[in-house]
Amino acid sequence: MFTTLGRIFKFGWQNIFRDGGLTAATIFILFLTISLTTSLFLLKDIGQFLITSLQEKADISVYFKTEANEDDILNVRKELSNIPEVKEIKYVSKEEALSSFIEQHKDSQILMESLEEVGGNPFLASLNIKAFQVEQYQLVANFLENTIYKDLIEKVDYYQRKPVIERIFSLISAINRSGILFSLILVILAILVTFNTIRLAIYNSGEEIKIQRLVGASNWFIRGPFLVQGAISGFFATLICLLIFTLISWQLSPRIDFFFPGLNLFQFFIGNFWIIILIQLATGVGLGIISSAIAVRKYLKV
Amino acid sequence: MIKFEKVSKVYSANLKSERPTSALEDISFEVKEKEFVSIVGRSGAGKTTLLRLILAEEKPSQGKIFFDEEDITKIKAGELPELRRKIGAVFQDYKLLPAKTTYENIAYALEVIGASEKEIVRDVPKVLEIVGLAERVNNFPAELSGGEKQRAAIARALIHRPEVILADEPTGNLDPYHTLDIIRLLLKINELGTTVILATHNKEIINSLGKRVITLEKGKLIRDEENGRFIL
Repeated sequence: MFTTLGRIFKFGWQNIFRDGGLTAATIFILFLTISLTTSLFLLKDIGQFLITSLQEKADISVYFKTEANEDDILNVRKELSNIPEVKEIKYVSKEEALSSFIEQHKDSQILMESLEEVGGNPFLASLNIKAFQVEQYQLVANFLENTIYKDLIEKVDYYQRKPVIERIFSLISAINRSGILFSLILVILAILVTFNTIRLAIYNSGEEIKIQRLVGASNWFIRGPFLVQGAISGFFATLICLLIFTLISWQLSPRIDFFFPGLNLFQFFIGNFWIIILIQLATGVGLGIISSAIAVRKYLKV
Repeated sequence: MIKFEKVSKVYSANLKSERPTSALEDISFEVKEKEFVSIVGRSGAGKTTLLRLILAEEKPSQGKIFFDEEDITKIKAGELPELRRKIGAVFQDYKLLPAKTTYENIAYALEVIGASEKEIVRDVPKVLEIVGLAERVNNFPAELSGGEKQRAAIARALIHRPEVILADEPTGNLDPYHTLDIIRLLLKINELGTTVILATHNKEIINSLGKRVITLEKGKLIRDEENGRFIL
């Protein structure tokens, strides 16, 4: 029993070297497929990150009339914070609004002069509200319409922002849906191409398989070495892929950080290292074995 | 131990040949244990087809074939390896595994039946000596001459001590020395108890053997003699 198992492994290992060109082709195509799945995995997370940053951009600002006093505003804030959909509320007083404006635009002579022209503090106190999800802003807006403090409100800029927010929302769901579909299609294609390549590689061994059958080898004794070949090829492909991805994410990370501040690709890569290894191994070795198994079937029918 | 009952084998017409090809027609005979039988006939008479049927490489279009009392026309795919391990086949086209060395090719026959490494290391070199391939142990089939390949195929057929040896033109590519050696070898194995079925069109071998001869012509069995001679 074990002698036979050992022989199956020995044959598989031998065949890898004796048919070097074929093995190289198999490893290469497996490498491509694994790279694809890994990239999709990484992209999904980049996508998530982008979506979250987009969501961050959406918010509602409520501007209060000049007469409104701070206590009332803070009361509104307390009421709002009771709503479970509200994530964060920032209170910007009139004075703070003014000082931050000055800070931001102090180098612009025109703006500073206009400010002086207007005189006093033209800014209104505001509450900047962030919800957990984009769809929930309507709820917040409705609440603000019906609050007892309604009269204190000068303006809710949700209605101006609403189209933008809705566009952001539909963009997000579209990206999600098409992303999943696209990934699925790509992965299926890659699997088909890999399977076909391995099938062609095994086609060459068709005669050998028939001979082995005629000499009295059982199906598993014939199949085994091919499965071993597939598995080992998958393993090597995974190794190469891991190496290359580590290098690439390490190199690219600073540049991506430049474009998307806060997105540390390398960090993410290392953080999910074990999951990535698992995905790659599963794809590589799994594909290698399954493709070999299916491809050999045809020739075992002698 | 091997019995043919009204066996016919017809290959259906393909695109080019209008009529189906009849390889064997209504063949009936019996081979008992420890017999040495030669099958003779022209090229294309049906000798190889007959051997293929015994190996269950093909199924007959009509009739039944019995091996050790079992009807192998009804045999299931999973049982084929077991049948083939009882047979040692020398194929006309050698059928050596191209990616294995001579040693590995012959050892394969033992590995298939699960023999231990000890047995393999003990027996394979011996057989290689016997067929005269001791020098070619680590060569691949592509590096062997026709005669060497044939001897390797013969070695593979006998190493696992099968019940019956089917030899299809085993001396076609051999020089007279090796031919004599091989025939002597087959005779010796037969003496030790193995049934031998030899397909050949070599007149001299047949006449020198003086054993049973079955003659095929155009797929039909026309002669079956105990002390046969090759009659042109």
